[in-house]
Amino acid sequence: MEVLVVFLPLLAFLVAGSIALFGGPKAEPAHAGGHGHHDHHGHDHGHGHDAHAHDEHHDDGHDDHHVVAGPPTVGDRAAQFVTTGAVLLSAVLSWVLFFDVAVGGHPRTIELMSWMRSGGLDVSWALRVDQLTAVMLVVVNTVSSMVHLYSIGYMAEDPQKPRFMGYLSLFTFAMLMLVTADNLVQLFFGWEGVGLASYLLINFWYEKPSANNAAIKAFLVNRVGDFGFVLGIFAIFVLTGSVQFDAIFAKAPELVGQKLHFLSWNVDALTVTCLLLFIGAMGKSAQLGLHTWLPDAMEGPTPVSALIHAATMVTAGVFMVCRLSPVFEYAPTALEIVAVVGALTAFVAATIGFTQFDIKRVIAYSTMSQLGYMFFAAGVSAYGAAMFHLFTHAFFKALLFLGAGSVIHALHHEQDMRNMGGVWRKIPFTYAVMWIGNLALAGLPFFAGYYSKDMILEAAFASASPVGKFAFALGIAAALLTAFYSWRLLFMTFHGKPRMEKSVFDHAHESPIVMLIPLAVLAVGALFAGFGFHELFIGHSMEHFWGKTILVLADNNSIEAAHHHTPGWVKLAPLVVGLIGIALAYIMYMAIPGLPEKVATTFRGVHQFLYNKWYFDELYDRLFVRTAKYLGYGLWKSGDGAVIDGVGPDGIAAVTRDVAARASRLQSGYVYHYAFAMVIGVVLLVAWLSVFG
Amino acid sequence: MASWPLLSFTTFLPLAGVALILLFCRGNTPDVVRNVRYVALWTTVITFVLSLFIWFNFDPRNPGYQLVEKAEWIPEFGISYHMGVDGISMLFVILSTFLMPLCILSSWEAVQTRVKEYMIAFLVLETLMVGMFCALDFVLFYMFFEGVLIPMFLIIGVWGGARRVYAAFKFFLYTLLGSVLMLLAILAMYFAAGTTDIPTITATHFPRNMQLWLWLAFFASFAVKVPMWPVHTWLPDAHVEAPTAGSVILAGVLLKMGGYGFLRFNIPMLPEATEYFAPMVYALSIVAVIYTSLVALAQEDMKKLIAYSSVAHMGFVTIGMFALNQQGIEGSIFTMLSHGIVSGALFLCVGVVYDRLHTREIARYGGLVKNMPKYAVVFLFMTMASVGLPGTSGFVGEFLVLLGAFRDNTWVAFLAATGLILGPAYALWLFRRVVYGKLVKADVRAMFDLNTREVAIFLPLIVVVLWMGVYPNSFLNVTSASVGQLIQTYQTKLAAAQGGADVSVAAR
Repeated sequence: MEVLVVFLPLLAFLVAGSIALFGGPKAEPAHAGGHGHHDHHGHDHGHGHDAHAHDEHHDDGHDDHHVVAGPPTVGDRAAQFVTTGAVLLSAVLSWVLFFDVAVGGHPRTIELMSWMRSGGLDVSWALRVDQLTAVMLVVVNTVSSMVHLYSIGYMAEDPQKPRFMGYLSLFTFAMLMLVTADNLVQLFFGWEGVGLASYLLINFWYEKPSANNAAIKAFLVNRVGDFGFVLGIFAIFVLTGSVQFDAIFAKAPELVGQKLHFLSWNVDALTVTCLLLFIGAMGKSAQLGLHTWLPDAMEGPTPVSALIHAATMVTAGVFMVCRLSPVFEYAPTALEIVAVVGALTAFVAATIGFTQFDIKRVIAYSTMSQLGYMFFAAGVSAYGAAMFHLFTHAFFKALLFLGAGSVIHALHHEQDMRNMGGVWRKIPFTYAVMWIGNLALAGLPFFAGYYSKDMILEAAFASASPVGKFAFALGIAAALLTAFYSWRLLFMTFHGKPRMEKSVFDHAHESPIVMLIPLAVLAVGALFAGFGFHELFIGHSMEHFWGKTILVLADNNSIEAAHHHTPGWVKLAPLVVGLIGIALAYIMYMAIPGLPEKVATTFRGVHQFLYNKWYFDELYDRLFVRTAKYLGYGLWKSGDGAVIDGVGPDGIAAVTRDVAARASRLQSGYVYHYAFAMVIGVVLLVAWLSVFG
Repeated sequence: MASWPLLSFTTFLPLAGVALILLFCRGNTPDVVRNVRYVALWTTVITFVLSLFIWFNFDPRNPGYQLVEKAEWIPEFGISYHMGVDGISMLFVILSTFLMPLCILSSWEAVQTRVKEYMIAFLVLETLMVGMFCALDFVLFYMFFEGVLIPMFLIIGVWGGARRVYAAFKFFLYTLLGSVLMLLAILAMYFAAGTTDIPTITATHFPRNMQLWLWLAFFASFAVKVPMWPVHTWLPDAHVEAPTAGSVILAGVLLKMGGYGFLRFNIPMLPEATEYFAPMVYALSIVAVIYTSLVALAQEDMKKLIAYSSVAHMGFVTIGMFALNQQGIEGSIFTMLSHGIVSGALFLCVGVVYDRLHTREIARYGGLVKNMPKYAVVFLFMTMASVGLPGTSGFVGEFLVLLGAFRDNTWVAFLAATGLILGPAYALWLFRRVVYGKLVKADVRAMFDLNTREVAIFLPLIVVVLWMGVYPNSFLNVTSASVGQLIQTYQTKLAAAQGGADVSVAAR
C-alpha cells in the first residue's frame, strides 16, 4: 500500500506526459486561421459558462496565450481522469495509513532497493512511513487531489491540459518521495524533484518572460539553499558515517561538544551541521534572505500556488527540521538561530503583505509569514506545534489560494485588488470560503489556525530558550498584521464599489462545481482540522502520538511548559491583536475609504520601503546577478581572450606568423606537422632505445 | 574467454569496417554513399555488442587487470603488445563503443560531403580510442593516445566550421607541448625500470625528485586533454568548429583520456609527487569550476556555452580524483562517464537545431517548445542531468566527488559546491533563451520536431542517464575494487616512502 501511495502519482505523470507528447493533434488552433473547427461544437458540450470566456481577453497580461482551447479532447479527458483518479486514490490510502501508522502507532519502513554504495557510503531507496511521514502524506495527498480536481475547471480554457496535470502529478510524486525518505540523500532527491516540478509549473505559461524569469529565480535561489544542504549532508556523513536517519539519530548524542574542522575553523560539529542543513530549509521554505523567489513564483497558475507554494513544497523545510529534531535538539545554538530567523521572517513578510495589491502576492507573503511561525516553533523545540501548524495551514492556505483563483477566474484573470470590489453577491460561495480561510488564518477561536498558531505563540513565551520572548513579541506583531491584511484583502476584493470594467463585472460568475467541491472540502479542513486534531498533535498525550519521530529533551519541552504555566494575557493576546487588526482594516477600507491613501502619503518613506519589499530584489540584483554577468563577460574577454590566448597560442601564433606567413593551406599543414611530430617522437624513442637499450 | 582475444577484437573490428568500405564502396553515387553509412553503422553496432561481452566477462571483485593479452613485440627493448582492462578502464571502453553508433546516426544527413572519408575517420578513431583504454604498454599507449588526435584533426579540419584553421592551430600548439613532455617522461621511466610494461612500472619506485619532474611532464599532457584551467581555451574553439559528431566524441571520450591518464599514471606511479601537487590540482580545478561557469554565463553561442560547461564539469572530475579516497575517485570516474553521455547528448541537441537552422547563435532561437515539444523534453532532461538533478547520472557523480572532497578538505568542497548554483544558472539561462519564450521568428516556427532517427539517437542516451541515476551500483560495483586497490597502492607507497626518508611533505 505504501508503494502504491507513492508511485501512483508517478504512473499518472507518465501517462499524462505521454498524452501531452504523443496524444495526437493538439486542441490548439493557430492564431491565424484554423480556429473554426473547434468552435462549432463548443456550445453543445455542456460547458456553457466556459464558452463565453472565449471572447477576446488576450491582452490582459496574465494569460497571454493567443489561443484558447476548444472543448477538451479525449486525450485531455483521459489525462485529467488518470491523474486526478490516481492522486485521489493515493489520498484515500494515505488516510488509511494515517490511522494505522500515526493514530494506531505502527511505524514501518519498506526497503525498495539499494541506490548507491561507495566505500562506507550506503544509500537505499526506501519508504519510511512513521508518524511524521503519515501526517505529511495526508497533507500532501489531500491537498494535491483537491488541486487536481480544481484544475480541471480552472484550466478548462488552457490548450495544454495534459501537460499541466502531468506536472502536478510529477510534483506529487517527488513530494511523496521527500516525505517518505529514510535517508538524507533520498530526502534530497525529493527536495530537488519538487524543485524541478516547481520550476516547470511556474514556467507553465512559457511565453511570458516574467514567468521564465520567475522559474529560473526559484530554481537558483533554491540551489543556494541546497548548497548548504549538501554540505550539511556531507558533514553528517563525516560525523556519523551514515546518511540513514536511525543511524544518525543513534550517534547524535555522542557528538555533543565534538569539534569539526570546517573551512579554516574548529567549530562545534553539531551546530555547524545543523546550520548548514537549515540553509537548505531556508531556501525551500522561503525564509528571510532566501525568500525572494516565492512572491515571483506566483507567475504560475493559481492551483500551483495553492499546492506547491502554500501547502506542501514550501513546508518541506519545516518537515526537514522536525524530522531531524533528534539532531537539532543537541545543537541549542542552531535552534536559537532557527527561532530568530523564523520570527524575523514572520514579521517582515507580514509587513510587506499589507502593502501589496496583487491578491496572490498578498497570500504569498502571508504564506512566508506563516512558515516563519513554523520555524520559530521548531526553534523553541515545539516541533509538534510546528507540524500542527503545517497541517492546519495546508488546509486554510490552499483554501485561500483556490478561493483567490476562483475570484480571478470570475473576473477574467484579474489579479490586482485595485480592480476588484463589490463582487460578493456575484460569487457568494467563494466569498464564504474566503471568510472561512481568513478566519482560520487570523486564528479566531475554533477555526483551525486558532489551535496551532496560539500554541506556537504560547510555546515561544513559555520556552526556556533565550530567544523565546523575542519570537513571541514578533509573532504577536505579525498576528496583528496578519489579521489586518487578511481583512484588507476581503474588503478590497469583495466589498465597496466595483472598480473593474462594467463588462467584466457583468460577466462575473461563480466557478463550476468541479472547482467548488475542492473549496468545500478544504473549507471543512479549515474549520475542523484544528479542533479535531489538536489533542493528538499538541495535547497532553502528544508524546504517544509522535512516538520516536520527534525528540524533545526534557529541559526544552516548551509545549509542556505552555500547557502548565502560561499567563492568561498570553493566551488572550493573539485573539485581541487579531480583533484589533480586523477593526483597523474595517476602518481603513470600509468606514473611511480615503484613509489608506492618506496614511501612505504621510508615511511615504516607510510605505515605499515596505511596498518595495525591503529592497531585497534590488540588493541581490546588484550584488549577485549583475556581478556574475559582469565577471562572466570580463573573464571571457580579458581572461580567456586577452591573457590566456594572448600570451599563449595567439601570442605564439603572432610570432610564428612572421615565419610561416605564406603557408596557404594552414589546416592540412598543421595536421601534417602534427603527424610528423608524432612520427619523429616514435623514431626518437626507438632510436634512443636502440642506442641505450 | 581467456583464450579469445576479446579486447583486440573490439579494438580492431572497426578497422575491418574501414577495409570493407575501401574495398567495396567505390565511386560517389548516392547508393554507394548509403552503403558506406550502413557499413559504418553496422560495424559500430557490432563493435558495441562485442564490447558488452567484455563487461559480461569482467569480474568486478578482481581489482587487477583482466582479459589480459600479452605478446612479444620488440623483446630486446622490453616492449610488448600488452592489453587488459580493470575497473577503471573497462567502462570507458564501453562508453566509447556506445557513443560511436549514435555519432554515425547523427551524421546520417548532416554530413553530405566526402562521406566515405568521414566514416573512415570515425572508425579509425574508434579503434584508437578503445586501444588507448586497453593498452598496458607505454609504447602502445603512446601510439594510441597520440594517434587519436589525427582523425580528430581531420574531422575538425575537413568537416568543420568557418574558423577551423584557428581551432586546429590552437589544438596543435597545446597538445604538442604536452605530448613531447610526456614522451620524455616515458623515456625516463623506461630507463629507470628497463621496461615499458605499465603494470611493472606501476610497481617500481622512483626517487622523490624524479617523481616531481615526471609528474609535471605527465600533468602537462593530461591537463591539456582534460582540459584544466588555464590550458582550456582550445576546447571552446575546437567544439564550435567541429561537426556535431566530432563534438560528441571530443566531449564524450577524448576529454576522459586526460582523467584516465591521471588515474593510470600520475597517482599510482608517482604517489609522492601526487601528494605534493594535489593542492595545486585542487586550486586549478576550483578556479575552473567557478571561472568557466561564469564565462559560460556570458556566452552567445550554444556550443561554446556547453564547451565551457564541460570545463567546469571536468573540474569536478579532477577534484574528486585528487581527494584520493573511495568516494572521490569513484565519483570522478562516474562523473566522467556521466559527462560523456550527457554532454554528448547536449551537443547532439545543439546539432538537431543546427541541422535545421544552420546557426548556433542563441539569440536566433526562442519558443521552440511550441513546435518541438519532444525536443524540448529531451533537451530539458539532459540539462537537468547536466546540473545534477538527483535521479539522473549527473547527481551521483557530483555528490560522490563533493563528498570525497569534503572528507579531505572542507574548503575545497565548499568552493566547488558553488558549481551547484552556477551550473543551473548558465544551463537554465540557455534553455530559457532557446526553448521558452514566444515563438515569433518565421524560420524558427517552420522547424519540425524530432524525427524517428533522432528519437532513436536520444532514447538510448536517456535510458542510460536514468539507469545511472537510479541504480548507479551497476557501475560503481565495477569500479569499486580497482579504485580500492589504487588507493591502497597509493597509500602503501606513500607510507613506505615517508617511513624511510623525510616526512616534511606530509603537511597538507
